[in-house]
Amino acid sequence: MSTSSPPLLDVAGLRLEFRTSRGAASVLNGVSFQVHAGETLCIVGESGCGKSMTSLAIMRLFPAPPGRITAGSVRLDGEDLLQLSEPAMRRIRGNRIAMIFQEPMTSLNPVMTVGRQLGESLRLHLAMSRAEARARSIELLRAVGIPAPEARIDEYPHQMSGGMKQRVMIAVALACRPAVLIADEPTTALDVTVQAQIFDLLRELQAREGTALVLITHDMGAVSEMADRVIVMYGGRVVEEGRTRDVLERPAHPYTRGLIACLPELEGEARRTRPPLPEIPGMVPSIWELGTGCAFRARCPHAAEPCARAAPDLLPVADHHRAACWALEAGTVPAAMPAPAQGVAA
Amino acid sequence: MSSPVSTAPAAAPVAAPAAVPHPARDAWRMFLRSRAALAGTLLLACIVAVALFGPMVYDADPFAIVAAPQTAPGDPDAWLGTDQLGRDVLAGLVYGGRASLAVGVVAAVLSALIGLTAGALAGYYGGGVDEALTRVMEFFQVLPALLFAMVLVTLFSPSLTTISLAIGITSWTATARLTRAEFMRLRDLDFVRAERAIGAGNARIIWRVILPNALPPLVVSGTMAIGSAILFEAGLSFLGLGDPNRMSWGLMIGSARPYLLTCWWAVVFPGLAIFASVLSISLIGDGLNDALNPKLRER
Repeated sequence: MSTSSPPLLDVAGLRLEFRTSRGAASVLNGVSFQVHAGETLCIVGESGCGKSMTSLAIMRLFPAPPGRITAGSVRLDGEDLLQLSEPAMRRIRGNRIAMIFQEPMTSLNPVMTVGRQLGESLRLHLAMSRAEARARSIELLRAVGIPAPEARIDEYPHQMSGGMKQRVMIAVALACRPAVLIADEPTTALDVTVQAQIFDLLRELQAREGTALVLITHDMGAVSEMADRVIVMYGGRVVEEGRTRDVLERPAHPYTRGLIACLPELEGEARRTRPPLPEIPGMVPSIWELGTGCAFRARCPHAAEPCARAAPDLLPVADHHRAACWALEAGTVPAAMPAPAQGVAA
Repeated sequence: MSSPVSTAPAAAPVAAPAAVPHPARDAWRMFLRSRAALAGTLLLACIVAVALFGPMVYDADPFAIVAAPQTAPGDPDAWLGTDQLGRDVLAGLVYGGRASLAVGVVAAVLSALIGLTAGALAGYYGGGVDEALTRVMEFFQVLPALLFAMVLVTLFSPSLTTISLAIGITSWTATARLTRAEFMRLRDLDFVRAERAIGAGNARIIWRVILPNALPPLVVSGTMAIGSAILFEAGLSFLGLGDPNRMSWGLMIGSARPYLLTCWWAVVFPGLAIFASVLSISLIGDGLNDALNPKLRER
């Protein structure tokens, strides 16, 4: 995780717009972040804040007629993916950048055996023969912890459990040893016990292959367990970024504080007294309601006059730790403050 | 109130590894379990066998005059009687099957090819492509199929090829609409997105990923299309637009039609042959529908 070497994946000023009959709506408003080889970056935020769209924009898989990238660049090893032709981009997908989706139950083709789906990527990108692809597929299934891969390879997805399917999806994603793996809420649809196994697997594979992992999640527990660095997104913008420890222990943006305050506590006082679960009041604004100004202001306990005028830029909080909040500039919120349990919580 | 809890774990162990469930094998088992589908298959097998091998066993010229006109069935020279010209009805049935079935299959394959391609492209790409193809579909849909086929056949002299072409060209819209709907449903599903994420191109996604998933209803409609094509051919022949040089069931009915009252056997037997073929195909289609539809599949 050397921040001095050039980043493997460099997303800069990415803007994604959806053109609809109601006019153009900004889904991403200048998203920037870097990921280095072997590093895990977590993107957190509630549903609708642009996490998944960011990953789809990197892969150039967002719905194309309404969606359009209006600015920014996505550089993989210095090469701007947004400038590539579609056939060239197809050679990148699944080969140098791979993706795991949220729903393992529905992400495998129900009429194809697991082996054929695994082999597909290998044959597509590495021009392997059927036999080579099969041998390598068995190896991959074993690597993701599927017992008896020689037998399992000929099974259909409906014969496997959710956890198994997600392991297969991971195997498909890692088939061509991608430099970057994007995992979009890979464990949300799984049992808690299986979640931990999948995270262990991802960590182990990452350590072995040196893959850069972009993990999209809304689970702060997953963040503290997996991430080297975190970016917090809200309203299509990055509102805070920093090293995991810094962000979790000294969140600077009111939204991040709210997210952390919402973690239910299972120990000590909370267990006996059962206080109501904290929450952030209000809802994520729809892309039509963003307007100018800070997207979070309607739900923010510190909202003030400048918040309505313009959206703040990322301001330094500490080393490698930045947040986008006017209060930071004005000094009304101490930069390094532990998450207040009652701060933004209702 | 016995003890379901204690027996349940023993009764529901993991599926025996020997009998690995498999979609195609499951469907086949369901198909065989349906008596109607089985009867349809046997009936069709008999008809196809007669059409293929009958002429070798019953070596006769269907156009030759073998006995007096309008000989009643039961005559040693013509077991099923002769028509108004003295031609053997049995020979007509045996030889005519080839033409009728061939037209049915060729026309159904043709309409399936056109319908699948148009429906797949319209449903997958949507937008302008869909708009344009839907207009073409609507054009063929509002066209009176029989009239259009009659015009085509009269323009290009009636032969089995032109008849098959005419039927195929006028009957593909149903398949196209079905395919389009299936593709629209499937194109945004997770596994199609996942396929795109591993770098698959459009052609691969259309033919290798979506089509196999859309296949069950299309197989059923394709099967039924053979039946309708046979009927369509019979209709054309009945109107005198059949290939006059090739004996077919429709042609037999068409030419003996004016003598229905005095010579019913020359019309009824080919009519029964058509009825049996279409019935068997419908039974098979129904059976396939039940077998391929997982919601109707009892466990």
